[in-house]
Amino acid sequence: MTVQLVTEKGKEKCDPAFTKEVMERSHSHLERCYQCIACSSGCPGAYQMDYPPHQLLRMVQLGLKDRVLDSNTFWICLSCETCATRCPNDIEIVLVMDALREIALKEGRKGTTKLPLFHATFLYMVKMFGKVYELGLILVYTIFSGNILKLKGLMRDAVLGVKMFMRGKLAILPPRVKGKAQIKRIFQLSSKTG
Amino acid sequence: MKRKIGVYICHCGSNIAGYLDVKKTTAYAATLPYVVVARDYQFMCSDPGQDMIKNDIKELGLNGVLVCSCSPTLHLRTFREACAEAGLNPHLCEMATIRELCSWVHSHERENATEKAMALIAAGVRRVLYRNPLETKWAPVTPNTLIVGAGIAGIQTALEIAGAGNKVYLVEKEPSIGGRMAQLGKTFPSLDSTSDMLIPQMEAVQANKNIELLTNSEITEVSGYIGNFKVTIKKKPRSVDEAKCNGCGECWAKCPVEVPSEFDRGMSKRKAIYIPFAKAIPKIPVIDRKTCKFFLDGSCHVCADVCPTKAIDFKQAEETVKAEIGACIVSTGYDTFDPTPITQLGYGKLENVVTSPEFERMLSPDGPTGGNIVLKNGTAPKAVAIAHCVGSRDQNYFQYCSRVCCMYSLKYSRLLKKLLGHDTNVYQMYIDMRCFGKGHEEFYKSASDEGVNFIRGKIGQVTNIPQSDEEKGKLIVVCEDTLLGTMIRVPVDMVVLSVAMKPRTDMEEVARTFLLGRSADGFFLERHPKLDPVGTMLDGVFAVGCCQGPKDISDTVAQATGAAARALALISKGKVEMEAATASVDEEVCAGCGYCEAICQYSAVEVDPKRKVAVVNEAVCKGCGACAATCPSKAMQLKNFGQKQLIDVIDEATKEYAGLAR
Repeated sequence: MTVQLVTEKGKEKCDPAFTKEVMERSHSHLERCYQCIACSSGCPGAYQMDYPPHQLLRMVQLGLKDRVLDSNTFWICLSCETCATRCPNDIEIVLVMDALREIALKEGRKGTTKLPLFHATFLYMVKMFGKVYELGLILVYTIFSGNILKLKGLMRDAVLGVKMFMRGKLAILPPRVKGKAQIKRIFQLSSKTG
Repeated sequence: MKRKIGVYICHCGSNIAGYLDVKKTTAYAATLPYVVVARDYQFMCSDPGQDMIKNDIKELGLNGVLVCSCSPTLHLRTFREACAEAGLNPHLCEMATIRELCSWVHSHERENATEKAMALIAAGVRRVLYRNPLETKWAPVTPNTLIVGAGIAGIQTALEIAGAGNKVYLVEKEPSIGGRMAQLGKTFPSLDSTSDMLIPQMEAVQANKNIELLTNSEITEVSGYIGNFKVTIKKKPRSVDEAKCNGCGECWAKCPVEVPSEFDRGMSKRKAIYIPFAKAIPKIPVIDRKTCKFFLDGSCHVCADVCPTKAIDFKQAEETVKAEIGACIVSTGYDTFDPTPITQLGYGKLENVVTSPEFERMLSPDGPTGGNIVLKNGTAPKAVAIAHCVGSRDQNYFQYCSRVCCMYSLKYSRLLKKLLGHDTNVYQMYIDMRCFGKGHEEFYKSASDEGVNFIRGKIGQVTNIPQSDEEKGKLIVVCEDTLLGTMIRVPVDMVVLSVAMKPRTDMEEVARTFLLGRSADGFFLERHPKLDPVGTMLDGVFAVGCCQGPKDISDTVAQATGAAARALALISKGKVEMEAATASVDEEVCAGCGYCEAICQYSAVEVDPKRKVAVVNEAVCKGCGACAATCPSKAMQLKNFGQKQLIDVIDEATKEYAGLAR
């Protein structure tokens, strides 16, 4: 599709190669989408997104690369698969979101959200301890994201942390897991295949 | 004869019983004079309900029946048949409409509804009281059928009726049969070639001995009534002797005059002596007397010189054919909308903005481009935009949906991808995709899988003024992607306008000839949208295909087959029931003024010139009552609807108001 959009930002070019790449990476027929909006109306995270999923799909169809990759939509996506389950056209929207994350990381897009950092920290914890270590995760994320300078947020997190601890939901020490070596191997192999 | 009337009040489930007091009404009906029995029942139209009436007629010796339920158009026939079965003259059965006139319109006022129902029942009893038994008369049916218009609808109907062994007059205005379908390239959703389907049907028509094919002809006059119509057919002169011509083609090869071809939508040239298209049936040329040099100034007669069979007949005159028919099927088809008035689309101003009928001709292997999609400069387009709803769903032009454009637009995009390669960019600018038929949604899915771009939004403008380098030399479609809420500019090489189907320009003439009604959209009005979609308000005349409303080929063929069944049912029954409640003249009072003759729509009344009195042809009279209302001396009366009868019924229905006035 070589279409030009006239928006408040001026003129935007459409990039058909981007559409093709997303379709290939996600193995989904996203050209089938006829905008019934079932995905967005069931999405638990849509209220936080720059564009709800159906609009993001339309933008991918049109090849609006910059708008799509600079949005927070695919980072916020919880991969709960409600959208894909309900999609009448059988589009694997979650796979589309994954593909967009991959492309964004590959191209080093910063975006406006700190969510990539959260994902990276999460994976680092799994790599280190074999499963997620909540306290470590939140400490590392708070420091690296710069949230440590925001006192109000920090206090809220601390209060929540104490509450969770009282109910036995938060461990002080990292978890112990059997087969850490295998998990490390998984990470090694997957980093090789990309 | 002492009158014994039975009154039957229907609950209609809760349709009536839920809104008015049925018990009270029944009790009231029993008190009315001459009423010997009053009953209520759940569903009077059901078998037990009808049996109730039949039993009472036999056991109580009823000689009048009033059923108080729905409208007589729905069930009067049912109840009259039930009465006839029990041995009562069916004309002694009447209905009072207490559902439509009471419960439905007064659903929130139970008291008033009940009161109104009682008034209607009292009036209805009066109506039955004055009714006289009438004799049901039958008229024979002529087993011939007239079909007007030989497109796919007419062809299909003709083949069905002729296949059953009955004579068919198939009349076509154009020199060849085939109609609009012959102009199409391929059909959706199977992408079959149109000519593969149509040409064998056309040949079957020509080969069928029961079908009398009258091409280049028009109907000028229709008279008579169901089963017994008389029609006059005008055969326009072909200027070619049909018996002698062998269709060799020498004449149109040598003819020096070239004019734009109507069949090819002006995209190619035809001669002054021509056949509309290569596979025309009959393959006999016609001379266009408006452009032929012989008829203009007598300077050329090449065709007559080269014709090996001496078939050219410049002196051929108009012929008139008279036929007697039993049923008539109107299948005159449609026209397409000319999008020139929608100036923003640039049709007629910008090159390579074409309408869908023109694009169809391009897709046809026998068309002006030999089945190739080409721009005006002869190259193939790389990007094509297809505009939906041009004229349809538009208050300024046609309010209705033309029903086929979504599907043929999808067909175009798939054919474009197929013929010009998968990298051809096809854009569909649509409002809604309406792919409702069998296999249609699947066709839509295939198109989107093939990478057709769907943009929801009506085209704002088609322009050739570029704003960037890549728009140079292109047509730029400006519209809003309403799914995204942004304006977009799409550079393309060609724009196809999917234009609306509209009623033919000669619709009014045809409607007047056959006394057909037209609905608000301008197409012929069917008798009932659900239960009689092929019948018209005139008994024995059926409207099929796109003259009744836009539809695709499969729907047209289905409707055509249905109309054929209706015509065959008429023929196989062999007789038709005549209206019994006709007008009758009191010859002693009639002054022969002729008002009745002038007002009768069915030409059923004539003034006898010798005796100076009006005479009613009961076979033709429909019992509409126009003559009775017009008659200044009250000599003309409708049977069972005499003046005294009507006034008395009105008096009964309005007696409480009459009392107030006094």
